[in-house]
Amino acid sequence: MSVIHVDKLTRRFGAFTAVDAISFTVSEGEVFGFLGANGAGKTTAIRMLTGLLAPTEGVAIVAGFDVAQHPDQVKRTIGYMSQRFSLYEDLTVRENIRFYGGIYGLSDVRIQAKTGELLDKLDLHGAAGYRISSLPLGWRQKLAFSIALLHEPRIVFLDEPTGGVDPITRRQFWEMINAEASTGTTVFVTTHYMDEAEYCDRVSIMVDGKIEALDSPSSLKEQFRADSMNDVFVRLARGGLSAEVSA
Amino acid sequence: MSTFLGFIRKEFFHIFRDRRTLLILFGMPVVQLILFGYAIRNEINDVQVTIVDQSSDVVSTRLVQKILASPYFEAAEHRHYVGDIERGFRRGTIKEAIVIGPGFAERLQRDGHVTIQILTDATDPNTANTILSYTNAIVTDFARDYQPLAGDAALIIPETRMRFNPELKSVILFVPGLIALILMLVCALMTSITITREKEVGTMEILLVSPLRPSQIIIGKVLPYLALSFLNVVSILVLARFTFNVPVRGSVTLLLAECLLFIVCALALGILISTRTSSQQTAMMISLAGLLLPTVILSGFIFPISSMPDVLQYVSHIVPAKWFLRIIRGIMIKGVGIEYVWKETLILTGMTLAFLVISVRNFKIRL
Repeated sequence: MSVIHVDKLTRRFGAFTAVDAISFTVSEGEVFGFLGANGAGKTTAIRMLTGLLAPTEGVAIVAGFDVAQHPDQVKRTIGYMSQRFSLYEDLTVRENIRFYGGIYGLSDVRIQAKTGELLDKLDLHGAAGYRISSLPLGWRQKLAFSIALLHEPRIVFLDEPTGGVDPITRRQFWEMINAEASTGTTVFVTTHYMDEAEYCDRVSIMVDGKIEALDSPSSLKEQFRADSMNDVFVRLARGGLSAEVSA
Repeated sequence: MSTFLGFIRKEFFHIFRDRRTLLILFGMPVVQLILFGYAIRNEINDVQVTIVDQSSDVVSTRLVQKILASPYFEAAEHRHYVGDIERGFRRGTIKEAIVIGPGFAERLQRDGHVTIQILTDATDPNTANTILSYTNAIVTDFARDYQPLAGDAALIIPETRMRFNPELKSVILFVPGLIALILMLVCALMTSITITREKEVGTMEILLVSPLRPSQIIIGKVLPYLALSFLNVVSILVLARFTFNVPVRGSVTLLLAECLLFIVCALALGILISTRTSSQQTAMMISLAGLLLPTVILSGFIFPISSMPDVLQYVSHIVPAKWFLRIIRGIMIKGVGIEYVWKETLILTGMTLAFLVISVRNFKIRL
């Protein structure tokens, strides 16, 4: 069953087409990698899927709601984590959990229960009263991810969730992502670390506003006769460039 | 509703955990009031004056005594002679010199009039003017007392009264301006900073993706500042009343309602600035240069608008603080009611609505 259905989604800013008629579907419980160089249109696409930006043309159905018509319903059913692990630094771990639970309309009792659960899972009971500013980056990242899942969204959007953390923490983080996906949550993740693409069920690669490739990492490597996802990406990016030059 | 309360609680955590914010919110109003109340004065005291009396007769001596007996003047330590006055001004040991020529009493008796020379240091023109008018007042007063002896020359004796502030205390002038200044600072500056901070840190993105509506985000961010600003107004009024005897002659309810209107106006300006900028530093620069400076200079807070060039007078019309100042000076010092300040109130309300509409529209575009 598909939870994200995108058909010819387009966004123009004046004469510039940031996202050019992209189409894809994401199924329930899938880890979907959304790759592309900076400026390829990833951010614009994500903003449309999360109801922040209205599409110029095309349709995007997220969790059963059309993002252009019912952005509010979309917002209620999705979770979001940005590349900056945005938590309030001057609030404690517990206060952050409580605040974000609150803005998603969770009851106090539910927030209490969820807080306990979350602290257990992350083994953060000792740090519950510490301010975020005193936590190492890796902890913040895991906490931000767990907080994005606090209201049990059907889909969680992760915008470059591993920026600036060390390889070991990144690996642990992907284990968390895969564990969450195995419970049925759909994970839509952007990254520019090509090795991370290997952790995804399927990967799409965006070049200049268009999706140039979409498949599982192993099929993509076969298709492009590459050893790694990095090679696939480099080949695609070059292709895009040569096509531009010949045109 | 509990969502909203949670938002406001978070905002108070931000405020109470940041020492700089606290200092601006609560320390600054008190410091400003004390500074303006004690240090900045338009009235003069103990002006150093030298009087060169070349007559030293009965009448001139009485004039000299009368001048020096007033609290405004004090005889300079060093006694000067005429050729020496210039040096006194240069050194700054005297601010005024009065020269009484020879034969003072005799001429007065014979001609019915006599000239004395008054020189002032006009490096600071305002002070020089004030000194001069104080001196003139004393001399006129002296002449009037002396007149009956001199004969029956016709005389117009002006009887003057200074309304509303008979002692001409500067603090009465400054307190209303200070309220305007502090409200601008706290509301506009602090809200523009707190909203841009969320943008800078990236939390604004999370808030916008959440089910919260933009209007809820804005109201949640500014409501705590509205409450604290209102608290500030009340404390300034109380402090001014009990330390400087600044009265509130009109209706306190009307005064507080007008303050609330100005607070909303300043908050709207703060939101407007935050929709236009993405860094705290820019927001601060714009607030300081674009709002505080006009509030101090073009509102009539310190410098009278009527003596500005026409162009600046027109510009002053768009400074909200100008209208607010007229209103609260009217209510506090003259004790007037809404029937005298309704026009200003209407203008201020119009401005506030315009700022609110523009900023809310801008905020939505920025999504």
